[in-house]
Amino acid sequence: MSQERGQKLARQDFISNQDVRWCPGCGDYSILAQTQKSLPDLGIPRENFVFISGIGCSSRFPYYMNTYGFHTIHGRAPTLASGVKLARPDLSVWVVTGDGDSLSIGGNHFIHVLRRNIDLNIVLFNNRIYGLTKGQYSPTSELGKVTKSTPFGSLDTPFNPPAVALGAQATFVARSIDRYPSHLQKMLGRAHGHKGASFLEVYQNCLIFNDGAFRLLTEKETKGDHVLELENGKPMIFGKEKNKGIRLDGFKPEVVTLDGDYSTDDLLIHNETDKNIADVLTNFTYDSEFPTPIGVLFVAKMSTYEDRLDEQIKTAKEQLGEGNLEALIRGADTWEVE
Amino acid sequence: MSDNTKSVKNVVIRFAGDSGDGMQLMGDRFTATTAMVGNDLGTFPDYPAEIRAPAGSLAGVSAFQIQFSSQDIFTPGDRVDVLVVMNPAALKMHIQDLRPGGTLIANKSNFQKKNLKLAGYETDPLTDDSLNDFMVLDVEITELVTKALEDMKLPLKTVERTKNMFALGLTFWMYGRPMEPTIKWLNMKFKKRPELVEANVRALKAGNHFGDISEVFSSSYTVAPAPLAKGTYRNITGNYALGLGLLTASEKSGLPLFFGGYPITPASEILNQLSLYRNFGIRTFQAEDEIASIGASIGAAFAGSLAVTASSGPGIALKSEAMGLAVITELPLVIINIQRAGPSTGLPTKTEQADLFQALFGRNSESPIPVISAISPSDCYYTAYEACRLALKYMTPIIVLSDAYLASGSEPWLLPNLSDLEKIEVKFTESNGETFKPYLRDEMTLARPWAIPGTPGLEHRIGGLEKEDGSGNVSYDPENHQKMIELREAKVAGITREIDPTELYGEPIGDLLILGWGSTYGSIRTAVKRLQDEGKSVSHAHVRWVNPLPADLGEIVLKYQKILVPELNRGQFLKLIRAEYLVDAKGMNVVRGKPIRSYRIEEVANEMLESGR
Repeated sequence: MSQERGQKLARQDFISNQDVRWCPGCGDYSILAQTQKSLPDLGIPRENFVFISGIGCSSRFPYYMNTYGFHTIHGRAPTLASGVKLARPDLSVWVVTGDGDSLSIGGNHFIHVLRRNIDLNIVLFNNRIYGLTKGQYSPTSELGKVTKSTPFGSLDTPFNPPAVALGAQATFVARSIDRYPSHLQKMLGRAHGHKGASFLEVYQNCLIFNDGAFRLLTEKETKGDHVLELENGKPMIFGKEKNKGIRLDGFKPEVVTLDGDYSTDDLLIHNETDKNIADVLTNFTYDSEFPTPIGVLFVAKMSTYEDRLDEQIKTAKEQLGEGNLEALIRGADTWEVE
Repeated sequence: MSDNTKSVKNVVIRFAGDSGDGMQLMGDRFTATTAMVGNDLGTFPDYPAEIRAPAGSLAGVSAFQIQFSSQDIFTPGDRVDVLVVMNPAALKMHIQDLRPGGTLIANKSNFQKKNLKLAGYETDPLTDDSLNDFMVLDVEITELVTKALEDMKLPLKTVERTKNMFALGLTFWMYGRPMEPTIKWLNMKFKKRPELVEANVRALKAGNHFGDISEVFSSSYTVAPAPLAKGTYRNITGNYALGLGLLTASEKSGLPLFFGGYPITPASEILNQLSLYRNFGIRTFQAEDEIASIGASIGAAFAGSLAVTASSGPGIALKSEAMGLAVITELPLVIINIQRAGPSTGLPTKTEQADLFQALFGRNSESPIPVISAISPSDCYYTAYEACRLALKYMTPIIVLSDAYLASGSEPWLLPNLSDLEKIEVKFTESNGETFKPYLRDEMTLARPWAIPGTPGLEHRIGGLEKEDGSGNVSYDPENHQKMIELREAKVAGITREIDPTELYGEPIGDLLILGWGSTYGSIRTAVKRLQDEGKSVSHAHVRWVNPLPADLGEIVLKYQKILVPELNRGQFLKLIRAEYLVDAKGMNVVRGKPIRSYRIEEVANEMLESGR
């Protein structure tokens, strides 16, 4: 049913009539819930949201959203989303994808949609495994991972998604975790608020095939020492006791303890618009000795592809006049047969 | 002009030289001038895949052929009457197509040892009597243009580049064509380089005067204007016509045109051309690959645009998974395949019709897509228009088959009256307050509603999973799947109601029917015309719609003793015809990368007519 005009939307308005079919306990439930909770605050009519996905567990997402949705083919969601956005720049277009979908089969589209800076919100559910095909290693799985397709351990080193995104000239790179609902909601809002291609990586637990992939970040005892929650303009402090921080020694980051030797004044201050800082942070992977940063790693202002296209059309019309089909068909060299 | 002027009906000229010699440009100019004097014409450029292979090499030979006539013609011609070659390699590559007694004009200046060796000649063919079957005119073009431009003090390279204008001027003299349009064109082209205008005009005139004063040519020829239908004409290539057809469909439907493309020979020109039309509001999108270009087009279709993508066989192969998505989501999409010779990269600049089965069956599972083929360069305009109209009316992807021959071949085109074109009516669905059913169909066309994002109350989800009839919800129900497969099939089959009755050229009953599809139209028609002139009982039927086939075709094929199906593949349409109608049709299957030759069709037809009943 369509909502009354001007009436504020609620979470309920974004829940479709389809039964959700993810495994009980899947991290996807939380991402779906946080999305449905966030959208009413964006001030956009429901009919202007479009969710587009590829193939994989996460890609069933559009069926559960009571918006326009398109469940496409493996890896290609960014291409369809690009078409929707270029045809209708007024719509709020979201891409829902997984680590296999976006970084393996869809890797090419992923980098190109970012470099073009089409105003899409790309939410990558990273569970470091192929779930829908029942447990093969993914392009974000750690080296040596034993899975159904790698019984002797995987042979390739994983992608670092934010580093790939930055390398592809992304103008918005952020990360959150399925088990951090309010942080995730905040990041969804930030991704939406950014004009340009927004890339939000969400660490998501696959209970069946890769349970505990991000255990250190989600368990009570360990998360304090392993999660670095970024806040723009604030020093990078973390730790269960809030007594650790990130300091730069030249270009080299190090973890320091805030005891007598170091104070918060010595710590690196987060600046979302500083690409050098973003480069440092992307190297703090889950598999490294550093805490895992969550929040907005990088954001830059840049014109969008669709704005540039609109501008070109406008300029062409001003300079050449509105296209005249009859004249074009006639061309320059015609002749008469009497 | 010489006093000794003969009138002829029909002439085929071929210009051949190095890729850098300006043969295509020369062909274009000869074509434009020939169109203006009112001949019917057909052209066919034949160029190598390499941008510029080493000068003088066989691989680097580029050619352009034109047939012009005082009668109605359908092809660029089979056998060449006049062959102009700029070097030995060009001679080697093309001499076999010159008819015995035909005229060979050779740039003698380029027949030095080095070039002869590059072309694989042991001795100079211009002097060793090997060309005795032809009328050979060897002209020292390089020396003659050097002399003509002597006082201009231009760099040697610039002087050499005017050779093609000399040869053009000479052929203009031979056929009494005016030089003024070319002079005007040169003035436009080199607006900012007056010395180049001067040099080229001098070379053109030098060639023309050479014909007049040197006594090597015993006569010149006239070809009277052809009796074409009244109206305004322009010359047009197939690819350009396709682009205009798409644009026309966009204007007539009131829908913005979205074109997703990726560069590939011989389809790139469509992307290039449409990209020029920003002032028409066209959104062209050069994607990162073939898959992205169709993906973006499907997205644009979902969002309410007239969406089109174009490629050639290898690119279409990459798009095929997405084509299946367009089938199951039942979105309007026009997919253009400018076929080229394959398999794989094959002969990228050469023509073939061997992607027919790819178009019909090249997807997983049961994925019916209507397929329409263009039959001539100018027909590409109407084919593109019709594909757009029916894709929108039936909410389906449609494949348009053209090929390298139609793409770059040209012919005169009687300009259309836009108001005569069939209307394109598009209605986006709006909410009536009830739960929206995205797969509730129109009773007649079986098309589903087009509900575009941004429409309040119609929020819905589509995708690649099987849909429940009506509601469009994901469904794994076996009965529903059977039903949906049959519905999609019936929707496509229903397009037969849009297809005009098959036009028969010749008697409706007879000894032999020559049945073709797509670009073989001109060759078949030429052959059938000659056979009929000889009193043979031969008719021609030509199919534009390959899927669905015209409703009356099954009846037609039963009315002839024999059926011949000429095509540029190993018998794909033939198999379809045999399977559909259980008739013992015979194939004529030529895969040489070139259009089928009408005299060969005549020969095969005569053999069939003469062999026992």
